[in-house]
Amino acid sequence: MIIFRFWRTFCSLPPSPRIWQYRRVHDTPDIADRRDAVCVIGAGASGLATIKNLREHGFAVDCYERETSVGGAWNWRHDRSPVYANTHLISSRPLTEFPDFPMPDSWPDYPHHSQVLSYLERYAKHFGLGEHIWFGTEVVSAVPVGDGRWDVTTRSTGGGSSRVQRYAALIAANGHNWSPAKPDIPGDFRGTVIHSAQYKDPAQLRNRKVLVIGGGNTGCDIAVEAAQQATTVWHSTRRGYWYAPKYIFGRPADQVNDGLLKWRVPLKLRQWLYRRTLALTTGDLTRYGLPEPDHKPYESHPIVNSQLPYYLGHGRIKAVPDVARFAGGQVELADGRRIDPDLVITATGYAPRFEFLAPDLIDTEPDGRPDLHLHSFARKHPTLAVVGLLQPDAGLLPLAHWQSVAVARWLQLRREDPERAAAVQQKESARPIPSWSKRRVVASRRHWFEVDHLAYLKAMDELLREMEPAK
Amino acid sequence: MSHDLLRFDDWTSPVPPVEREVLSRLVEGEDEHEHPPLLFVTGPGVGAWAFAEHWLAHTAGRGFPAHALTPREGGDLRAHVHDVVQTAASLPRQAVLIGHGVGALVVSRALGRYPARAAVLVAPAMDRWATFGAAIKTNPLGTLRGRPRLNRKQLFSASLPAEEADAYLARMTFAHRLAFPKQVPSPVGKPPVLVVGSPDDRVVPRKSLDRVAAHYGGAPLLFPGMGHALMLDAGWAEPIDATLDWLTKELTAAS
Ligand SMILES: Cc1cc2nc3c(=O)[nH]c(=O)nc-3n(C[C@H](O)[C@H](O)[C@H](O)COP(=O)(O)OP(=O)(O)OC[C@H]3O[C@@H](n4cnc5c(N)ncnc54)[C@H](O)[C@@H]3O)c2cc1C
Ligand SMILES: NC(=O)c1ccc[n+]([C@@H]2O[C@H](COP(=O)([O-])OP(=O)(O)OC[C@H]3O[C@@H](n4cnc5c(N)ncnc54)[C@H](OP(=O)(O)O)[C@@H]3O)[C@@H](O)[C@H]2O)c1
Repeated sequence: MIIFRFWRTFCSLPPSPRIWQYRRVHDTPDIADRRDAVCVIGAGASGLATIKNLREHGFAVDCYERETSVGGAWNWRHDRSPVYANTHLISSRPLTEFPDFPMPDSWPDYPHHSQVLSYLERYAKHFGLGEHIWFGTEVVSAVPVGDGRWDVTTRSTGGGSSRVQRYAALIAANGHNWSPAKPDIPGDFRGTVIHSAQYKDPAQLRNRKVLVIGGGNTGCDIAVEAAQQATTVWHSTRRGYWYAPKYIFGRPADQVNDGLLKWRVPLKLRQWLYRRTLALTTGDLTRYGLPEPDHKPYESHPIVNSQLPYYLGHGRIKAVPDVARFAGGQVELADGRRIDPDLVITATGYAPRFEFLAPDLIDTEPDGRPDLHLHSFARKHPTLAVVGLLQPDAGLLPLAHWQSVAVARWLQLRREDPERAAAVQQKESARPIPSWSKRRVVASRRHWFEVDHLAYLKAMDELLREMEPAK
Repeated sequence: MSHDLLRFDDWTSPVPPVEREVLSRLVEGEDEHEHPPLLFVTGPGVGAWAFAEHWLAHTAGRGFPAHALTPREGGDLRAHVHDVVQTAASLPRQAVLIGHGVGALVVSRALGRYPARAAVLVAPAMDRWATFGAAIKTNPLGTLRGRPRLNRKQLFSASLPAEEADAYLARMTFAHRLAFPKQVPSPVGKPPVLVVGSPDDRVVPRKSLDRVAAHYGGAPLLFPGMGHALMLDAGWAEPIDATLDWLTKELTAAS
């Protein structure tokens, strides 16, 4: 059990007296005091929901976005966007949309990335969020000033002068799928090596001999696109996975799965059903040379791809083991075999990055993983939270929405009723981690923020009830 | 209060989509976005036309883009709520929801799903027994049918010419009663909510107006002498003008 430390250290502090704030500002005339306003970093899906929900709770908000438009990862015009031309959602529409702003019901089960972007643009416009966002502005540092407030330094993207402003709270919605995590492969390679973040267009694959490394959703999608474009495709994975189809029994697979959860079908039985369903449909993938999964169904982030087994079956994708090293024009595999691709795409995922925060503010562990209550609340800083730092077994947006509602409610309670806020902190400090993150998953960086969407939403629901305004 | 975080119904059996009829009167020119759009909702069996008669144009004339939704045929409460939320979310700006009769019941449920800018419940048929009691007094035969019918006396005052009233009645198809749970969700985003009605409404009694308004922490705005169909009855301009005045005041207070 982890103790939710900040709730103890900070909540007993009285709200900072105004006079003191004024004096502070006086002392440092170059810092603009934004008083009760909250600073939000990022205008992707999570940041947009955060602005909206903070506004609904009566907060003034300044959101900083280093790009020139909203949408974050889903805005393919952004340099750091990880989406490629053919990206479609893997979570179906009802499990992906915000709970209070549905996607059009005329859209397909699995919308295209351009639809997700237009959805986020419409969300921003609908709720008038644009006027609270400063585009082309990067947050370069945020420092606590001791009374729960934050000095936030911003700078125009691409240089320019910086500016410091003081805020009552800081909410990072900076996303965790934009900084490529590249593998260290020893040796030299004569061909081209790119990370999947640089893969945008199937034309990049045309008539090439392509090796795709990584069995996450990106790696599988690119292997499939390569199967349609390239002359030869190898797909290297360092373990076996459960490749789920997008549809089962004529319905989007996640909707069928949630039907099982609705009826509280126990995990063991769900695992059995999963194995049976795959055995009866896609069948045994080891016959194509893939390793047997080293974990049970539901013990890794879902990989949803109906076409991968199809192209394995057509011999268009050759399954190969992990890469051992580069050897000039060739790539040596873990089993000693050598292959000769001319393009290597490392689809090895992304790493979280919080360069604007000193690592201890979010209890960053030596491997770079922040340790936050509910993956959201900083343990020692009651006015610091992160929204969207999750990898659920369903769409992210509903979870990010409720996270931001909880953050807004928390800040409101802290401001209006410090005594109740103290009671909430007390209670939360006893919340055991397995109650909100109970799925057993393979120990791998990609599972740092893996949560079971139901367990997580239940924990959010409890937290929201604890903070319910007194009648 | 439940926050309704776990939505198995929507996740496992989404409401089947339909083509929705939405009639609109837009505001032209510069102040297009000055005011939020209004979305009017009737009960099943009526339709957007009932608002298109007078209220839509009048509302647009006062600078508010006005839209009215025709409820789908058949469909349970969940489907009607779905249609309202879908339509609201399709509008360019955060919408004000205005429901009439059973449409107000639908709007009260939609408020739990969509953060409306504000909401107005006009002659809300949200109290099953009170509504039934009032209806059976004036129109026992119509009320006891499987598809309850309303008659001229219930819907309109004597000041509306009989031919006009009958023409309106002829356009109403009257739907099956909607089954609905008693629990009214707390509106998300805490919008201001106004209840509008008539003490002489023979479908929704005065007590019921008071009760619904009290639920939202207010008192009803009353238009004596009018029948249940406030948007069609003689004197239709008064309730919509008062509603828009209220809305203007709320919007200025919030900004
Ligand atoms: C290929 C791919 C497919 C995916 N498919 C799905 C799916 O099917 N379903 C699903 O739910 N999720 C999916 N995801 C997850 C996806 O990341 C989320 O849906 C969502 O985009 C996360 O939004 P976010 O706002 O948390 O982060 P982001 O979208 O990354 O937004 C973060 C924003 O913060 C800005 N920012 C960061 N740092 C700073 C700073 N210091 N100063 C100013 N601005 C800053 C960035 O510019 C960016 O705009 C997918 C991800 C990938 C990579
Ligand atoms: N269509 C879609 O909607 C879609 C598409 C793409 C991505 N996404 C989402 O985007 C997020 C990121 O996905 P992703 O696929 O880019 O990354 P990911 O899920 O982190 O997967 C990375 C893959 O690379 C492997 N890997 C990591 N480091 C490696 C190394 N050093 N050597 C060899 N293999 C290594 C991992 O293996 P291990 O399993 O052993 O760690 C894993 O198979 C996920 O949430 C995903 O669901 C969605």
